[in-house]
Amino acid sequence: MQLWKQLMQSTKTRGFEPMGARYFGARVDRMEDETLLTGNGQYVDDIKLPGMLQGSFLRSPHAHANIKSIDTSLAEAVEGVHAVLTYKDLPSPLNQPAVQPYPSPAIKQDLRPYPLAKDEVSFVGEAVAFVVASTRHIAEDACAQIMVDYEILPACVELRGAMNEDAPRAHNGTPDNLVARLNAKYGDVDDVFAKADHILKTDFTQHRGGCHAMECRGVVGFHEPIDGQLTIWSATQCPYLIRRSLAQQMDIAESRLRVIAPDVGGGFGPKAGYYIEEIIVPHAAMVLGRPVKWIEDRREHFVTTNTQRDSYWDLEIAVSKDGDIHGLRGNIMLDCGAYIPYGLLLAVTTVVPLPGPYKLAAMDIVEDVIFTNTVSNSPVRGAGRPNAAYTMERVIETVARELKIPSADVRRRNFVRKEEFPYKTGLTHFNGNPMTYDSGDYHALLEKVMKLADYDGFEKRQEQARKQGRYLGIGISSCIEDTGAGPYEGATVRIDPLGQVHVVTGAASQGQGHKTVIAQIVADELDVEIEKVRVEIGDTGKFPQGVGTVASRVAVNVGTACYTAANEVRDKALDLAAQLLEIDRDDLQIADGIVQDKGNRNVNISLGQLAHKLAPMTGGFIPEGFTPSLEATSYEGSKGLPHASGCNICEVEVDIGTGEVNILRYSVAHDCGKKINPTIVEGQIIGGVVHGIGNALFEQMVYDEQGQPLSTNYGEYLLPIATEMPRIDIVHQETPSPLNPLGLKGAGEGGTIPAMAAVVASIENALETFNVVIDYYPVTPQRLCELIDEGSKAAE
Amino acid sequence: MKPAAFKYHDPKTLDDLTGLLKNKEDVKILAGGQSLVPMLNMRFVMPDHLIDINGIDELNFIKQEKGTLSIGAMTRQVQLAHSSEITKTCPILQEALSYVGHFQTQNRGTLGGSLCHLDPSAEMPAIACLLGAELTVKSDKAERKIAFDDWALAYMTPNLEPEEVLVSVDLPVWQEKHGHAFVEFARRHGDFAIVGVGALLVVDKKQNISKVALCVAGADVRPQRLHDLEKSLIGQPATDETFLQAGAQARNIEAFSDAYVSKAYRQRLSGVLVERALKQAHERL
Amino acid sequence: MADIRNITVSVNGESYTRDVETRKHLADFLRQDLDLTGTHLGCEHGVCGACTILVDGEAMRSCLMFAVQADGKDIVTTEGLVAKDGTLNALQQAFRNHHALQCGFCTPGMLMSLMAYLRDHKNPDEAEIRRAISGNICRCTGYQGIVDAALEAADAIHQNAGV
Repeated sequence: MQLWKQLMQSTKTRGFEPMGARYFGARVDRMEDETLLTGNGQYVDDIKLPGMLQGSFLRSPHAHANIKSIDTSLAEAVEGVHAVLTYKDLPSPLNQPAVQPYPSPAIKQDLRPYPLAKDEVSFVGEAVAFVVASTRHIAEDACAQIMVDYEILPACVELRGAMNEDAPRAHNGTPDNLVARLNAKYGDVDDVFAKADHILKTDFTQHRGGCHAMECRGVVGFHEPIDGQLTIWSATQCPYLIRRSLAQQMDIAESRLRVIAPDVGGGFGPKAGYYIEEIIVPHAAMVLGRPVKWIEDRREHFVTTNTQRDSYWDLEIAVSKDGDIHGLRGNIMLDCGAYIPYGLLLAVTTVVPLPGPYKLAAMDIVEDVIFTNTVSNSPVRGAGRPNAAYTMERVIETVARELKIPSADVRRRNFVRKEEFPYKTGLTHFNGNPMTYDSGDYHALLEKVMKLADYDGFEKRQEQARKQGRYLGIGISSCIEDTGAGPYEGATVRIDPLGQVHVVTGAASQGQGHKTVIAQIVADELDVEIEKVRVEIGDTGKFPQGVGTVASRVAVNVGTACYTAANEVRDKALDLAAQLLEIDRDDLQIADGIVQDKGNRNVNISLGQLAHKLAPMTGGFIPEGFTPSLEATSYEGSKGLPHASGCNICEVEVDIGTGEVNILRYSVAHDCGKKINPTIVEGQIIGGVVHGIGNALFEQMVYDEQGQPLSTNYGEYLLPIATEMPRIDIVHQETPSPLNPLGLKGAGEGGTIPAMAAVVASIENALETFNVVIDYYPVTPQRLCELIDEGSKAAE
Repeated sequence: MKPAAFKYHDPKTLDDLTGLLKNKEDVKILAGGQSLVPMLNMRFVMPDHLIDINGIDELNFIKQEKGTLSIGAMTRQVQLAHSSEITKTCPILQEALSYVGHFQTQNRGTLGGSLCHLDPSAEMPAIACLLGAELTVKSDKAERKIAFDDWALAYMTPNLEPEEVLVSVDLPVWQEKHGHAFVEFARRHGDFAIVGVGALLVVDKKQNISKVALCVAGADVRPQRLHDLEKSLIGQPATDETFLQAGAQARNIEAFSDAYVSKAYRQRLSGVLVERALKQAHERL
Repeated sequence: MADIRNITVSVNGESYTRDVETRKHLADFLRQDLDLTGTHLGCEHGVCGACTILVDGEAMRSCLMFAVQADGKDIVTTEGLVAKDGTLNALQQAFRNHHALQCGFCTPGMLMSLMAYLRDHKNPDEAEIRRAISGNICRCTGYQGIVDAALEAADAIHQNAGV
């Protein structure tokens, strides 16, 4: 079926919203789908090259140990083994620590792993050796034959005690476990607290789960011997980061490296890193003169893919007797894990979104980022924003509970008002820019979601249920999300002599439908049928510079770049057509790829013909005043950070016998500015909310006291599955961003960011009679039963 | 996560199988594979010999003989779930099965496999315990019949010698009119239960309890009948108050702690689920 | 010395005869030996469902079977759902209509589980569909689109029109 016909059909069934454009804002079916639905996706493990060998890593079974010796002789003797690499086999400069992709002067101890462990291992899973063999089976057989003599050392595992004088050091020879100490501060906190009617306290731990994309990581390395080009396929969100880092690591020119993100089965943050596997696998390919593939298995994913984990928050709130929140002060302890592969990115995004959608006169929060002997911490869907949002919502709930004011009213009192945009929170980002919210209407968002959730009808529902001995609860959660972070993403738009439109961008995709939204924008600007637009992404060999797909930045940045480039192409086409047809440019229009005289459609020339004119062969000529090729490149992005916002309401039933939480209803009001494709936005929201519910109720990485990860399979580590997830109802609001021409705001994480807080608040509401206050998520049924019992005893 | 190498065997008859078991050492039997293959993939077990018994048709049967449901060890869970024979005579087995894994795993998983694996909270062993099943094992030399109480020796350890294989399970189904219920609490649909409870209940003309069986799986490392509680319930009126008291008493059950779930919570769940199972069994009378 | 067996398997209607090491699981065999990479590996311990295929018509996890166990059997994978002219079947089309996939990695497993389930069940409601896909994990979509797609395609698949 023609894509166009499908568009018409789908818009008929879903209600096309005319926006003065054909595709922008329409629910266009994704162009990615057909390939993926027929099993023809090309993920990194689908790549097959002649002579390709398979690799397997030997990994540390200890959280902290010295390596006394490694004997690889038995492994090397296994039939089918081509190489066994340990640290001693790494030539300079690969025997140096992995480069720091995100350097910062605030990092006190920039400890980085060696590509293969040198003499110390600092987390279970750290790579010690790499075996290359004809099959993965044989490589694993050989790994089992490698004899490593470890001297086990005390492990620093528990976050709360990690800054004690007598805490084990996560790394040998370090003065303490402090990575960095950040201070998010503005206003006169002492004054605000001195004058406050009440000073309230709240403290809690947030435990966010890991990546758990259904596709694990993987790397294929291929060294072309003739021109020396090293091609790397990696299931990554940031091919350019890998190219840059590897070039530095290997001390070679970036032009010798080509990094390709093929189809990637989900990213969520942890695939945006620079991992030692991305050094070792290509190195092995060079050394062996054959392509080498390494695919992470799920056990490895549990222990080596960067994850988010614990942060402990201890706060005081300065509040008036009417519920005006004036100030916030306190401390955060953030578990960094063993290394700092994302620099202080997560630490920064954990505090910079404070104070959320609320106006606070002053804030002083000190954040300690702390080493532990666990896998390194990484942003996971939302990065630190869910943590910051959760914190602000805990503040709201604390105020509501202790001052006995409905939490919706506390929000209304304290929200930034719509007349106040652009709104400077008072906080300066660590990059020196003042945090500014570009546009929004948080009050309207709250009203919309309360209506959608039938919030007013809840009291009655709760009463009816209580008569039957059932406990229902409802909880609200609001958030802002800074999106579209710079510094840039670029795109080239080019038309070929057949009238096909080619868009190339460095942005990579892991399921967000970027190709489709890009095609929508470009097809509109050029007035061509969307099926004439072909998009290529995620390949450093096809587009010169890029940054990465993180933090809901791609649609905003690439969307803007594509819009700009497409308009430059449009201008060039119209200028050339005017010249060739000898017509005033203002009398021309484009329809379905044909430039035509508005008054007389028979006078026309196609975009393809124009492209042909600009790309002549020997003997031809370029028309006067024009440059060759009907194309344009733009790196235009958003100025500043467009801020999306959301408000969620969760309604639950808690079984006080078992502690089971059943989500009855979940409502979302979401504002991401102008939506390129509402269906894709909704998909991101729903997926994000479910991820957040998973964090709130299910996902917990359990370690023992020696830092041994225990929950390393999907029987013990619980991901959200379809049966426990609610339908999610969504209402949209659009406050366009003034920071980019299309009014875009990012949409990838706005579902996750407020979700945990909404779930936790609803459980507390259900168990109000037991005075349950939750100080840890994920919330387990066992924990709820303990809290209910404590509450019941206290009442007696 | 690829298995270590093994020598693969696929006998087609029970005699071939027992012959292999006699002659080979360091063997694992491959039935449905839903529990064993993950362990092989993760190299938690690395047998020299893997004996695939999926081709032994004579181990797959469901027979009803004089009040006893006799089921071959290789009968698939999906077959049990759809058997009209079992619906008629032992519906609690099908209710328990509704909690077992997912339909994809039931297409492979077997009754025998579950009974030999003996996960503490598994539903099939719980039903076998509840009904007082008798298990038949065979070796090359002999056949043994083992009462369920003697089958589960310890944590995930069945009463099986290395050269023996479980052949069939006999479930003495209750003939008289009775109520049944299997309830369990798991975090998500299809997950291993934290605790599961099976209840069978008969009341007399005065609505007093005349016969009752209660089995709790997941509290301790083996499923257990609550014999003392059962005795104390005989003659009691079949009322909510009785069931509430029974639940309170069931909280004293032996239970274990692990990294995820405390002993106290297992005990609490046992109590709550015993009460709910009795209530539901009563409602079904 | 590797333990090798010779097997003959029918996959998507075509017969293949190969030598295979006995410890190689069925998913790896399909992906590596037959170049049918549509079946994906998400966990290799039987929980995520990405590797789900049909064996003699029944949905099973191909990471929990060895290739040698498929000798003589009829297998259908996601590549087998599409018509010879490339037309998507009713379930695949419904997935498209309802944005039931994002990264696409869990999708083949979802499709195969639903093909079997919808074939065998008439008029499933939402709760039943959610139970039917509870053995398939998706990290991207939150399941709602998948449920809607299954509801749309249920009739067509049940009456075999979409296969």
